Amino acid sequence: MADRNEITQEMVLEQGNVVYQRPEALAETLTHYCPGCTHGIIHRLIAEAIDELGIREKTILVAPVGCAVLIYNYFDVDAVEAAHGRAPAMATGLKRTQPDKVVLTYQGDGDLAAIGTAEILHAANRGENISVFFVNNAVYGMTSGQMAPTTLPGQVTTSTPTGRDVKVHGYPMRMAEIIAGLPGACYVARRAVYDVRTVRQARKAVMTALKTQLAGLGLSMVEFLSSCPTNWHMTPVDALTWIKDNMAPYFPLGDYKVADEVQALQ
Amino acid sequence: MHEEIIFSGFGGQGALFAGQLLAYAAVDAGKHVTWIPSYGPEMRGGTAHCTVVVSDEPIGSPLVRRPTTVVALNLPSFDKYENLVKPGGRLIYNSSLMDVQPNRADIRYVAVPANEIGETLGNVRQANVVLLGAFLATTGALPLDVVESALDLHLPERQRKYLASNKAALRQGAAHALATLTPAYT
Amino acid sequence: MARELWKGNEAIAEAAIRAGLEAYFGYPITPQTELLEYMSARMPALGRVFLQAESEVASINMVYGAASGGARAMSSSSSPGISLMQEGLSYIAGSEIPAVLVDIMRGGPGLGNIQPSQADYFQMTRSAGHGDFHPIVLAPSTVQEAVDIMYDAFPLAEKYRTIVIVAADGSLGQMMEPAEMPPMRSVLTEAERGAWAVRGAAGRPKNVITSLFLNEQELETLNLRLQEKLKTIQMNEQRWEEVETEDARYLLVAYGTVGRTCKTTLREARKQGHKVGLFRPISLWPFPTPRLRELADQVRAVLVVEMSAGQMLDDVRLAVEGRCPVEFYGRMGGVMPLPDEILEALAEVEAKVKAEVEAKVKAKVDTKVLSLNLNL
Repeated sequence: MADRNEITQEMVLEQGNVVYQRPEALAETLTHYCPGCTHGIIHRLIAEAIDELGIREKTILVAPVGCAVLIYNYFDVDAVEAAHGRAPAMATGLKRTQPDKVVLTYQGDGDLAAIGTAEILHAANRGENISVFFVNNAVYGMTSGQMAPTTLPGQVTTSTPTGRDVKVHGYPMRMAEIIAGLPGACYVARRAVYDVRTVRQARKAVMTALKTQLAGLGLSMVEFLSSCPTNWHMTPVDALTWIKDNMAPYFPLGDYKVADEVQALQ
Repeated sequence: MHEEIIFSGFGGQGALFAGQLLAYAAVDAGKHVTWIPSYGPEMRGGTAHCTVVVSDEPIGSPLVRRPTTVVALNLPSFDKYENLVKPGGRLIYNSSLMDVQPNRADIRYVAVPANEIGETLGNVRQANVVLLGAFLATTGALPLDVVESALDLHLPERQRKYLASNKAALRQGAAHALATLTPAYT
Repeated sequence: MARELWKGNEAIAEAAIRAGLEAYFGYPITPQTELLEYMSARMPALGRVFLQAESEVASINMVYGAASGGARAMSSSSSPGISLMQEGLSYIAGSEIPAVLVDIMRGGPGLGNIQPSQADYFQMTRSAGHGDFHPIVLAPSTVQEAVDIMYDAFPLAEKYRTIVIVAADGSLGQMMEPAEMPPMRSVLTEAERGAWAVRGAAGRPKNVITSLFLNEQELETLNLRLQEKLKTIQMNEQRWEEVETEDARYLLVAYGTVGRTCKTTLREARKQGHKVGLFRPISLWPFPTPRLRELADQVRAVLVVEMSAGQMLDDVRLAVEGRCPVEFYGRMGGVMPLPDEILEALAEVEAKVKAEVEAKVKAKVDTKVLSLNLNL
């Protein structure tokens, strides 16, 4: 029996035993994400969908400001870096001038639900034919754990040291529900990635979002409930449990808008 | 030739359009011209005015303090500009809407019952074109037919049905001004 | 093309379209709204992109997106809207995307009013956004010049991968004047677009457009390169007009609408026998410093005239470097200076200079007399 160090990629490919590999749309590089953060899973789901649909060479990714600010380093697609919250506006400019391309934004909760609310609402309302991947981890990750518009009532952050007081800071914003209320949004879903089942459901939603764009139907958005073990001060496993036990009850998983034309795609 | 004209009246009286018509005609006549409006809330009521400079030379300032001619469509415009007309200049005014006593001896006053003339032509809103006709006759700045072809080209679509009566308004305004000019002034 | 009567805002729009504009994004604001309205009719008719955005913030970021794809894209606004665009302008500058913006300036600060102003000079030439950069800022004084500048703005922006701002005041946007339109250019072909553009990584390595450089060495390198580029622009792109400067003893310096108003003043002053010249900067950035410096050696004094509290004045002083007195006459709040008041200001400058010369001569004579007395 050969030493396991001698098993090469070529040997595996030859034997046809590949069960898992890096999607072509992902760059071969390390990421800066913290251990246990679910950005990585979400990246992979999007990359797998791009591969499956064969659209890598016509995809343009709009990066946010937030933890995913360097996302363009992790994807092997053309990309631009938007100002904080402005990704949907930038994506609008790209898509309107290049309607044959697939334009994606990837945005966090501060980016999409606070500083960029005007841009996402109007992009959705216009029915911009773009796909929005919204990663909600209930906290500002990059700036080390301040309150986000999606921080839960009572949740302690570095800017709500005694917990989010809704009388002072208002309530967490349910963006999927809000966006779903706009006529231009065709497909709006909320998913999580805390276990195998939810990851599989999320993957399907990503595929649907991209197919919605390819069919030219209008804005598609998938909101992901994502973990932030670092700023929640939890182990990665506890963080996943916290999503299930605390976030999902406030931000219920499910489909918030599936236009008839989108239904027909599935 | 260098004429600096202010057209002034209530919003809706067509002071701005009369100035534009003159500007279009000036371009067709190969002149240098600038047209600059007052703009903003006053476009929606209140007084509106525009300044037109027509010249054989390239135009510097599009605004003037002492116009060579003022066309006053209403009384507030008469009051505002009477003292500003350059000595030797003219004040052409809509006598249908004002009963005024000229205060200056060094400018020429041309009273034109523009509303009445407009009404007899079936449209009181052509008072502005009547007064433009009077301006052309008084100053000889441009031939009437050049302004007529400007009307052909630039009268807004929704007012095309008034094309013929606008031309008549222009002619009658000119005729009225010529009839009232005394030889001493010509 | 024949000379036709054009409203400034509409002429600028048509010139941009003829320059091969592919996408326009904007938000209504007086006194530039006719520009947006004109685009809304003409661009879709040509199969090009027009979109009324939800804000100026969105407009400039839509321009950023479209231009990142190598399209000729622009927006237009007026002062308060330009303030909102500063974030986007900084990102565009940092990622070296060619883009064009028109500012039809109005009175400020704050909501101010909708009358003409030149009080955005600092904003455009000094602080169009955070970080070290300067857009090219070009200031037309007639509708024809606005057309010519607009038509050239895209090739200029693309040549240097920079922002070009066409800076006019509200009166130029609102006024009508004859202009001759240049021929229609089609939009850029795929081959003509920059190789840097994001158009999908088909058969080539991915392109990334970003203004984020976390490593300080890397960002300094970018900044050094930007500064080199700005130096090149400063060398190549200074534009100005001179009127009767050959024998001028007094020099008017003014740009835009005030620049043309000063021509009327100059004619009148010359008629009265005063040797007055006019220096009209067309490129506000880069400022035509060297030529103005030469002229400063030749004249007795400079009078800067602006529709502001004196902003270009700083650049004039930097150019003149004390070679002669620099005086200022300005109107604010949307008031346009008229030729006669500029003439009065000029007379005051002349009187002041003459009084100073006389005082100096007298001082010299007194000294001589004193020394003569001492010699006795």
